[in-house]
Amino acid sequence: MSNQTELTQSKGNDAGNARRFSNAEALLRPAVDICETGEGIVLQADMPGVSKERMNLRVEGNNLMVEGSIGIAPQEQMTALYADVRSTVYRRSFSLSNELEMDRIEADLENGVLTVRIPKRAELRARRIEVAS
Amino acid sequence: MFSNPSYTESPLFGEFRRLEQEFEELLTGWAPWTGGIRSLPAGTYPAINIGSNPDSVTVYVFAPGIDPKSLEVSLQESVLYVSGRRDIPTDQNANYYRQERFRGSFRRVISLPEDVDPDKVEANYRDGILQVTVQRRESAKPRKIEIH
Repeated sequence: MSNQTELTQSKGNDAGNARRFSNAEALLRPAVDICETGEGIVLQADMPGVSKERMNLRVEGNNLMVEGSIGIAPQEQMTALYADVRSTVYRRSFSLSNELEMDRIEADLENGVLTVRIPKRAELRARRIEVAS
Repeated sequence: MFSNPSYTESPLFGEFRRLEQEFEELLTGWAPWTGGIRSLPAGTYPAINIGSNPDSVTVYVFAPGIDPKSLEVSLQESVLYVSGRRDIPTDQNANYYRQERFRGSFRRVISLPEDVDPDKVEANYRDGILQVTVQRRESAKPRKIEIH
């Protein structure tokens, strides 16, 4: 979809128009589901087009950074007829709280859906208390 | 600030989100094409991109988390129909803070250029993208005219 950058930039010279972002700057914000169980937090993000090699998931300080780039094989001389998706990079970040164990984060990626599991520290997990009779 | 986890479902916040989307569209440049008569609002699942070159037209359907066998893809004349369903199990024992991902059935109808050949279609599903490539009819391709 390289032709799209040319189309957007050529319109940017119109006087008095809002600043236009080229495709390189625009980012896609992936839709996420976030839930918390007694064990920890589960985050699932829709990132179609991202393979494992193009996924960049990292923890920086207390933040979880979810980033991935879309890898579509470029085809010869392709022009865009229609595009809902006008960027190739997904990015979103979340701040984590102290009771989560950053070192034991697990993640898997299947069919463009990223699932991240962040366990809570062992001593803080919900624990059922047995009542002695 | 908002402790009620169901605020994302209230109609007021739906309006804010729609406004946010429209602002984003304003700032990221307008599409140089007229909206098709069958087109759906931006942000509908699944998103679609269509690219073309002199030999073929390729449709990219951004449908993560789908079993490709459950997708129904058909091409009639030059109209492509894609429908399917995505069910995401909800954990009854969990508190949901966000549920932004689409669940349910979907259907998108896409008009392709009229010179596509419905007998020459290939489709594959990888990393959550369904890619459908349709060849253009041979007779419709531009032919270079030699001048002697």
